[in-house]
Amino acid sequence: MGSKNRAIILANRQYVISAVFIAVIVIFVIRLFYLQVLNVDYRDWADSNAFLKRTIYPSRGMIYDRQGRLLVYNQPAYDVMVIKREIIPFDTADFCTTLGISYEWLVKRFKDITNKQLNPGYSPYVPQVLVPQLSVQEYGAFQEKLYKFPGFYVRNRTLRDYQYSCAAHILGNVGEVGKHDIEEDDYYVQGDHSGRSGVELSYERDLRGEKGIEILLRDAHGRIKGQYDNGIQDIAAIPGKDITLAIDIELQAYGELLMHNKIGSIVMIDPTTGEILCMVSAPSYDPHLLAGRHRGRNHDVLAKDMHKPLFDRSIMGTYPPGSTFKPAQGLIFLEEGVINQHSLYTCNRGYTYTGGKPACHRHSSPLSLIPAVATSCNSFFSWGLRDMLDNRHRYKTIQGAFDRWKDLMVAMGYGYTLDIDLPGEKRGYIPNSRVYDNVYHERWTSSTVISIAIGQGEVTATPLQMCNLAATIANRGFYITPHVVSKIGAEDIPSEKTVKHFTGIDREHYDLIAAGMRLSVIGGTCYGANIPDIEICGKTGTAENPHGADHSAFIGFAPHDNPTVAIAVYVENGGWGANFGVPIGRLMMQKYLRGNIPPSDLNLEERMISTSTIQFYTANGL
Amino acid sequence: MAYRKSVWKSLDHTILILYLFLVSYGWLTICGASYDFDHVFLFDIFGRPGMQLVWIGIAFLFAYIVFSLEADFYDVFSYHIYITVMFLMLLAVFFAPNIKGSNSWLVIGALRLQPAEFAKFATALTLSKVMSEYSFDLGRVKYFGTVIAIIAIPIILMFLQNETGTAVVFLAFFLVFYREGLSGYVLVGGLCAIVYSILELKYGKVIVGEYTSLGTLLIAILSILITQGIVYYYDRFTYPVRSLLIILLLFAGTGLTASLFIPVNFVTVAYVCLGVSALFLCYYSFKCWTWRYVYIALISFVSLAFRLCVNYTFGLLEPHQQKRILISLALEEDPSGAGYNVSQSLIAIGSGGLLGKGFLNGTQTKLKYVPEQDTDFIFCTVGEEQGFVGCLILLIIYLWLILRILYLTEKQPILFKRSYGYAVASILFIHVLINIGMTLGLTPVIGIPLPFFSYGGSSLCSFTILLFIFLRFDASRKERQQSNDFTRMGTSRKHL
Repeated sequence: MGSKNRAIILANRQYVISAVFIAVIVIFVIRLFYLQVLNVDYRDWADSNAFLKRTIYPSRGMIYDRQGRLLVYNQPAYDVMVIKREIIPFDTADFCTTLGISYEWLVKRFKDITNKQLNPGYSPYVPQVLVPQLSVQEYGAFQEKLYKFPGFYVRNRTLRDYQYSCAAHILGNVGEVGKHDIEEDDYYVQGDHSGRSGVELSYERDLRGEKGIEILLRDAHGRIKGQYDNGIQDIAAIPGKDITLAIDIELQAYGELLMHNKIGSIVMIDPTTGEILCMVSAPSYDPHLLAGRHRGRNHDVLAKDMHKPLFDRSIMGTYPPGSTFKPAQGLIFLEEGVINQHSLYTCNRGYTYTGGKPACHRHSSPLSLIPAVATSCNSFFSWGLRDMLDNRHRYKTIQGAFDRWKDLMVAMGYGYTLDIDLPGEKRGYIPNSRVYDNVYHERWTSSTVISIAIGQGEVTATPLQMCNLAATIANRGFYITPHVVSKIGAEDIPSEKTVKHFTGIDREHYDLIAAGMRLSVIGGTCYGANIPDIEICGKTGTAENPHGADHSAFIGFAPHDNPTVAIAVYVENGGWGANFGVPIGRLMMQKYLRGNIPPSDLNLEERMISTSTIQFYTANGL
Repeated sequence: MAYRKSVWKSLDHTILILYLFLVSYGWLTICGASYDFDHVFLFDIFGRPGMQLVWIGIAFLFAYIVFSLEADFYDVFSYHIYITVMFLMLLAVFFAPNIKGSNSWLVIGALRLQPAEFAKFATALTLSKVMSEYSFDLGRVKYFGTVIAIIAIPIILMFLQNETGTAVVFLAFFLVFYREGLSGYVLVGGLCAIVYSILELKYGKVIVGEYTSLGTLLIAILSILITQGIVYYYDRFTYPVRSLLIILLLFAGTGLTASLFIPVNFVTVAYVCLGVSALFLCYYSFKCWTWRYVYIALISFVSLAFRLCVNYTFGLLEPHQQKRILISLALEEDPSGAGYNVSQSLIAIGSGGLLGKGFLNGTQTKLKYVPEQDTDFIFCTVGEEQGFVGCLILLIIYLWLILRILYLTEKQPILFKRSYGYAVASILFIHVLINIGMTLGLTPVIGIPLPFFSYGGSSLCSFTILLFIFLRFDASRKERQQSNDFTRMGTSRKHL
């Protein structure tokens, strides 16, 4: 009975055992359901394990000048890669001489590559860059011997190359992206290249194109095992767009030649379109220096140069505009009714109201606006400013008067950036009444600020703004936002880069100023720019500055009717405006309008090229 | 001739089909696991799929031979088989070369044999044989000693071969003992020991509140619950049980209330509750004049004593074993070191999703992220390529196979054959438990194969022999039943 009962109890244990088995399987199923169905992270982990998403780099857009001449293109370069796992002992002496590297450099480079701290992506199975950016010649020599060095490979990539050795500031250069770029734009990853300055930077999004992705399979050791899904999932790269500049590269090269051994800038604008025809900043550098393997080293040298060749003076240099400011003053006085065509002011070799300062040179007196512009009379414009600021019948306060003055200056393009399509443009400086209120505790008169009437004192402007003034006068009352790029691909640049700005000043006032500037060339300070059959209008400037000799400046446009070119020349420490500004302006105008320099001017050209201002700059500066 | 025919007729078709399904599914998975995107040589005789085909052929041959022999053969020769296998294992201890850290492979020319695999069915046969002796009683020292010795010998030999993983399989026999009369307390005790160890290792150093060690508290609460559960099991809701419960709740409540005002070590509260319940049980035992309640009271003290031993025992394990245990308890993560296998295994399985990536399309297994993916970690390939559905089917097939074996075993009137049936089911179960459990990160990593599925001749042949001896026993049961029916029919006719 007992044993029978026990047998039944024991037989029931089959259910306990079965229940245990079922329970375990149920637990497994629940766990699997969690792992495979509920949790989606594992799929991503698996993908990041197995898929190596290799970027396909698009080719960067080319850059052409206004005549369709190729300026910037891509050139193949070759990186020597190494797969550490595959190398066998090799002839290091031969290796080093072929690549032109030292044995010590090679040893250090190997150490750096295998250092996981410096190179987090290191794996002995994965190719690593050993010697970057071989030239075609170096590559040729190395390739012949490649069979001797198993484990070493060559990877193709592209480098920027330049057809001409000029226009470095406009073209800009391409360099490796920094941490900041990567944070700001998730398009970039470590090791990418992007435009660092010039058009390369401001048109980066058009030039760079779109990266493609190639999905490769990678095994547990990091070895590539082929394409995923036969490349169906890959994304092709979209090449960058080509860019056409408004710049005429020959004009640019000629400008750079003339500015040789000088510090300063030449800007030429087509006033009808706002296109910048050339924009020289001197001293400049060869753009080839900042492409290729030695970019870092060359950049250091250029950055340390005392004449700051990397600094684009045409848009970043803020100078006292000097007498090139006077046409703008004349326009304001006319617009505000302070003077008219016939108003006369006296000049007694200086502005007598404040005891002969600013001083002036010898010319007939009294005189009206047109001869005042032509002779660049300081007193005339000082009297004008006094009549505008100190006349309480016209304006209730000096502040009101001055801010009106400032607003008109701003309308002519001063005081703020012109929004040129290049990075780093400076705004220059036009003060408003608050500035003087703060400095002079609200007790100031025209005499306090009189030097701004002749473009000295607080006011500064970039050569681009000076040229823009010439363009505004050429257009008799408006300017179009200056720009260096005319076409992206086959399309014009967006219209917000070519906005037409009206100054709000009457056209007839402009005609007077233009007449003054024409007179200046025919028989005034710009006589040096007087050439037959082209009606050049101009205005010299001689800007005093605390750094040494006066800066020599010139603005102008031509021809007098329906002008097609405006120019500003600014030569630091060049002395009188007529010393450098006017002759360089004359040569540039002829180069652009005629295409060549007449034989009669070759002497002048020769003198301009061979004269250096840098010596006496240093003599005065140091 | 007629006899032969009837033996094959009595072969259980369900198990045969499940077996063939597992072997073919396994072979396909091995194809998937050894497939390389670079070279496609599925039927290369030197590749693993090709070799496995050869092994499957040999396994079928074994199945045929095993099934053709008389059922009594295994009864009579079980000791001989056991001794032969043990001898082979002993040979392996001395002569086997070191392959992947273990000396378990006997190498004879091109043939490599792992006697430890065959120890499973040999031990199962022998144990069943001993247990079927007329006067067998697990409670008697003589038999208990014999049984322990039969299990201990192969385990010791495996330790000597550095093949400790396979030794875990022998825990399976405790299920057989349980079925044949081993007290359920041993299994519960074993289970408690595992749970306590996990709690102590995982939560022993976790401090809640000011002083309370979470692990110790959980163990104390668990042992209170177990003692109360046992008391309840015997006495239902009698008056003393109820009063004990009320007293315990009072103490626990006092502790909780006190904790609102002063920092309380809840472990102390739990200990006080344990002490009170032990005193009460002793008093009750004295009152009822029985030792039973004293034993129950002892359980709680043994539990606490065990807790103290856990850390000491854990310290005795090899460092790599400690690491594997800590990883499976999610106490340590070491994705590039010892935890690499498990984390890659989880990634492979988890990335399979509901329907899997498709046959030969698994990236994790193809690109060798998961190690040992055609042997111990073969389940990863199923998980990645067949997804949740494929895994579910495989688990159901295993469960079906094991439950079917239990079902057929229970019909077996002969103790020897019944014990053997339980041994087969338990061995298969523990392999599935450990092998799939480790790929899912639920059990420590122990290198044992998935039955009928993993690549490997020794394991496939040994599991096939194990299963077909069982099928032979089942067939002979059916035969006898039929002949009994026949005789009964005959006699009844006579009576008529």
